[in-house]
Amino acid sequence: MSAAFTLFMKALLTSNVVFSLPYGICSYLGVSKSKKNSIGMGLALTFVTFLATLICFFLNMLLEQFEIGYMSTICFILVIASVVQFVEMFVKKFSPSLYKALGIYLPLITTNCVVLYVVKQTTDMSAFYGSFNITNSMGLLGDFLFILIFAIGTALGYFLALYLFAVIREKMDAAPTPKGFKGVAIGLICSAIMAIVFINGFAGVF
Amino acid sequence: MEKQSKKSIFINPLIKENAILINLLGMCPVLGVTTSINNALGMGVAVILVLFCTNTFISLIRKWVPDEVRIPVFIVIIACFVTMIEYLMKAFTPDLASNLGLFIPMITVNCIILGRAEAFASKNTVVDSMLDGLGTGIGFLGSCLLLAFFREVLGTGGISFNNPFTGKQLFSFLPLEAIKMPIFVQTSGAFMMFGLILGVFFAIQLKIEESKKLKEKKAKENLAKEVK
Repeated sequence: MSAAFTLFMKALLTSNVVFSLPYGICSYLGVSKSKKNSIGMGLALTFVTFLATLICFFLNMLLEQFEIGYMSTICFILVIASVVQFVEMFVKKFSPSLYKALGIYLPLITTNCVVLYVVKQTTDMSAFYGSFNITNSMGLLGDFLFILIFAIGTALGYFLALYLFAVIREKMDAAPTPKGFKGVAIGLICSAIMAIVFINGFAGVF
Repeated sequence: MEKQSKKSIFINPLIKENAILINLLGMCPVLGVTTSINNALGMGVAVILVLFCTNTFISLIRKWVPDEVRIPVFIVIIACFVTMIEYLMKAFTPDLASNLGLFIPMITVNCIILGRAEAFASKNTVVDSMLDGLGTGIGFLGSCLLLAFFREVLGTGGISFNNPFTGKQLFSFLPLEAIKMPIFVQTSGAFMMFGLILGVFFAIQLKIEESKKLKEKKAKENLAKEVK
């Protein structure tokens, strides 16, 4: 239980996917122009990551059964693309208001590195445990639970980073910055300070 | 869009329409792997190869792909080429492949590659797409190297270079090792350095545009005087 909690907090804070690796920078800079958009993107991404990891965990077992592990990237990207398509259709049918809010961000998720990064972890569970210092005593069930917790933690970590950045950016647009630095450049420098807080500041807590 | 000449298709993406510095696309690998010039070079060459192959292939089959399913088709083609490159790199440059790690399969979801496939290769002829792929790739490599140079010099105090095929160190020149700042090798340093580079780049661009406008204004005024 404590190992699961530690994994979740690590994925959320100290090895935050945006600040430690970094993955998902395109959408991090692109969608953070307003708070509302960042919430929509974060929710959609969390849902897609969870669903894609769930499917790819079993798909990876199938691939290993047939010894075609080298097909993993191709299969996983297809799964992600179809999950995104499916979620888009589902949301459109059952919740038009949510679809309006998420609408344009859903197709973008296919090319978001965060999803593929999480899903790719399922191909090598021993390396995954090694990088997070976890000993798994529950066999396959443990694998399954840990990877799902990791998926949710990472996606929420991305959500957190995106939301914080959007909040800061709304204030920053009003600030007097030098000409060339306005917008993305000062945003990146601000992200550097956020990264120091996340990676070096929270280091050792978990 | 008007028809471009072959030369401008190749030259434009190098600086004028640089995918990283101007369009701000596909920045994850740029920030992630530029800890050393070695890694940046490996990543850049891998992206050039993938971009060249996918652009060529997609423009070859562009007439047979139905419009509704083009994105899944493109992304599968890209994933195939990326997997090929990944296994080639694992076979011939094992050190580089382990340094780059997950960033190699992540080329699949790099916005530059899907962006060029969608915006250029699916509409233009094969030769044009090849040139565009090469140009965009070299532009990507250039900006990777630029960032990697500053990060490595500031972060480790100099430059060292390994032979990617054997892993042996070719040369190492570390004159500033006593005052190195390791934060620049970390991700936070990447954000900071890239922010500074972008800011300076944008500022220079604004200056150039301003001086162009001034010149045009002066030319118009001169013309008006001559007419008088």
